[in-house]
Amino acid sequence: MSHEVMHHPGINLGPAHGEANEIAKTMLFGFWAFLMSDAILFGMVFASYVTSVHATAGGPGPKDLYNIRSAFIETLLLLASSFTFGMASLALKYKHSKTRLVQWLLVTLLLGMAFLGFEVHDFLTMIAKGGTPERSGFISAFFDLVPLHGLHVTGGCIWLICLIGQMARYGIDTQVKLGVLRLALFWHFLDIVWIAIFTIVYLGGLA
Amino acid sequence: MSTAPFSPPLLGRLGWDSLPFYHMLQDPTRENLVNGCIAGGAALIVVFGTIIVFALITKYRKWGILWQWMTSPDHKKIGIMYVVIALVMLARALIEAWLMRLQQAFGLGGGFLSANHFAQLFSTHGTIMIFFMVMPFLIGLINCVMPQQIGARDVSFPVLNSISLGLTAAGAALVMVSLVLGHFSTGGWFGYPPYTEASFSPGVGPDYWIWALVLSGLGSTFTGINFAVTIYKERAPGMKLMHMPLFTWTSLCTAIMMIFAMPPLTVAMGQLGLDRYLGFHFFTNTLGGNMMHFANLFWLFGHPEVYILILPAFGVFSEVFATFSGKALFGYKSLVMATMCIAILSFTVWLHHYFTMGQGADINAVFGIASMLIGIPTGVKIYDWMWTMFRGRVRFTTPMIYSIAFIFLFVLGGMSGILLANPSIDYQVHNTVFLVAHFHNVAVPGVLFGMLAGYTFWFPKAFGFRLNERWGKLSAWCWIFGFMLAFFPLYALGIMGLPRRSAGYTQSSYVPLEAVAFVGACLVVAALAALVIQIWVSIRDRDQNRVPAGDPWDGRSLEWANAAPAPEYNFAVIPTVSGRDSFTTAKENGTAYRKPDKYLDIKVPRNSVMGPAAGAIGFFLAFGLVWHIWWLVIAGFIAAVAAMIGRGFARDTTRTIPAAQVRWEYERWLDVVAAAHAISRADENKPVNQGLAAQPPVGAAP
Repeated sequence: MSHEVMHHPGINLGPAHGEANEIAKTMLFGFWAFLMSDAILFGMVFASYVTSVHATAGGPGPKDLYNIRSAFIETLLLLASSFTFGMASLALKYKHSKTRLVQWLLVTLLLGMAFLGFEVHDFLTMIAKGGTPERSGFISAFFDLVPLHGLHVTGGCIWLICLIGQMARYGIDTQVKLGVLRLALFWHFLDIVWIAIFTIVYLGGLA
Repeated sequence: MSTAPFSPPLLGRLGWDSLPFYHMLQDPTRENLVNGCIAGGAALIVVFGTIIVFALITKYRKWGILWQWMTSPDHKKIGIMYVVIALVMLARALIEAWLMRLQQAFGLGGGFLSANHFAQLFSTHGTIMIFFMVMPFLIGLINCVMPQQIGARDVSFPVLNSISLGLTAAGAALVMVSLVLGHFSTGGWFGYPPYTEASFSPGVGPDYWIWALVLSGLGSTFTGINFAVTIYKERAPGMKLMHMPLFTWTSLCTAIMMIFAMPPLTVAMGQLGLDRYLGFHFFTNTLGGNMMHFANLFWLFGHPEVYILILPAFGVFSEVFATFSGKALFGYKSLVMATMCIAILSFTVWLHHYFTMGQGADINAVFGIASMLIGIPTGVKIYDWMWTMFRGRVRFTTPMIYSIAFIFLFVLGGMSGILLANPSIDYQVHNTVFLVAHFHNVAVPGVLFGMLAGYTFWFPKAFGFRLNERWGKLSAWCWIFGFMLAFFPLYALGIMGLPRRSAGYTQSSYVPLEAVAFVGACLVVAALAALVIQIWVSIRDRDQNRVPAGDPWDGRSLEWANAAPAPEYNFAVIPTVSGRDSFTTAKENGTAYRKPDKYLDIKVPRNSVMGPAAGAIGFFLAFGLVWHIWWLVIAGFIAAVAAMIGRGFARDTTRTIPAAQVRWEYERWLDVVAAAHAISRADENKPVNQGLAAQPPVGAAP
């Protein structure tokens, strides 16, 4: 491997992509700054959760509400989706066929939606057991943190569909490339946040 | 409070009783009449003001130009629009301040305003001054100046810049609408729960406050990202970080702090919103809620916010002292270090906002010491500025008057801050007007004087003509003495025990000092009037005060090296930088105003509807949430998602300015420079100043 100049952390498109690679210098740096801000947002919500975990007010606690099997399946789905997104990024970088890129993106989308499906099922089960946010500070904090991540994943899925739409309309042009690069960062970032959720909320709550 | 009989369908909580004079008509007691007339009068000013502005725009057929401005991604235009918002909001919040001083001057035994009305006044005053006066003012100044100081064509994300403006404008509009429909929060600018929870404040007030702050907070987050990326990535070739003008340095620190400090505010507002709308228990009294979480989150934002506000002002003062002393800034490196230290320390002191709220003495001591530490880098800065003036040829222009007054008064405010940083003293004076005196003593001479100095300093850069000096100086002196008369008595009153936010009191010994403070408030209103007259006179006489050559003050940094006003692409050819004060160096070497070897085509972003769209969608979404008009909320949400998706499908978002046009514009400007008469600093404020500075002969004494 020759020494490629890194314009930003993460997968760089490389000089073969010309304009897109140049714009990525600034745009991806900006997106990293945004993720930093978003990380603070999650950090604050994590802090709320950790300081509220005992505020059950006599209502159901983690052991009554969480389902570790479901959370584990969700973790696997999300980790797998991060891998498939990585494959999509490589397909983009090395200019594999458009079909290959779209296939990897679609697999990612399916995994993301499966994750959301399991998550919504979890929430409904919790609510059925009386674990509604009106019940206690603890459940309020849970429903601030975990659905916030879920909303981010939902946003990511919508973004992914839009990118595929843009590809259908314009082909793999500069904007689409920059979009895939940013969504990839976003997706991996959400993976990391989920690992924190799985560790702190689920494993920590059931330990 | 039942609104059902008056509520038309589909309008949620909105009904006839939302109008400000409704209560007065239903129950015409004397107190209700006084409060209703004041609130109704304010509402009429908003309504008629809007109608008059619309009528004038229509009469002079300016809708087209206005739309060009609103959709423009040009950082200079966006900056000007931010400052306009700031000045309009300044006028409102200042009149509210005057009204509060009037109330307290006659406050012995109760005053003329109801406690509820008074509480709305101090809540809107604080909210506006922080979020819709100083924030837009400093973001506007940075927008106008910073990209030109670093030799850039624009910020990194011009359309995002326009979206930030739209969101801020939407938040400001929401606060203005609260004058006409419903009422504002009575919980103060930091709106502590559980008082602001639905159980104690069921009305629309806290909702207006929450959504105005969410809109402005989102706008500021994006602005912070935009400015930081611009400074890191768009500097002219050769400009190292340690070559940047100090205003750019303070802009960078402020931008980084916005990225880190805004999310806690968003979380606090979001959680309070969940409590109020969906019955969550973050900050409630019952079922495991804990209001201390709010205090922590809010001040984790709130204390860095104080330095987000002051650092750009420090940047302005640094430029002003150097320029009007005709010297390079003293201690540049120490000023940069001090700025960074302040930015970092500002994240370690938030707890000093609630020393009395129950944590142990050890924790208080740690945060007290951290708070006092901030005095050290700030002290370094004060000395640097004084040494900058030392043996300089100081010119007492309007910005300089603000800056020198700042040094005297800000040091006093800092001293009272050191007192308050001591938890045992804080226990004695907390929640009194001593605190009010302290933070106004840093906010007015520090932040506001800095903003006004910057406004006067860079006005000719933005508009191509100088502001009237006589009215400017009169305004500055009115601000200075008005501030001192209005706030120094509050130190004494605080020690005498007057609680902050008191609508009335029973101690007759407070009356004389309150009267003095009221006189000061009147003087401050006179200062505002002088500012309005200044702009009027300056526009009237603009043709005698034009500075087309672009350098009216013998400036030192790159923003003075092109035309005033600058073309939309700023620089015909991006300059190359080799050190600090690069424009001064160029003037001394005779390399300024050179023709380049060749010109290139320049790509600029096309106008985009995203900014006004984000503003309109944000406003209606928030308005629907405030009044529980759910169809509007759903429509607004769908529109927001659709706008984002639509923008993703936009292509061809730039246009090209051909090299021939760039050449023509640039060389026409060089002709203007060649024809201009180079003036000495003695003629700076005379019509002969066309923006070309005479250079002293080589070897002359400074």
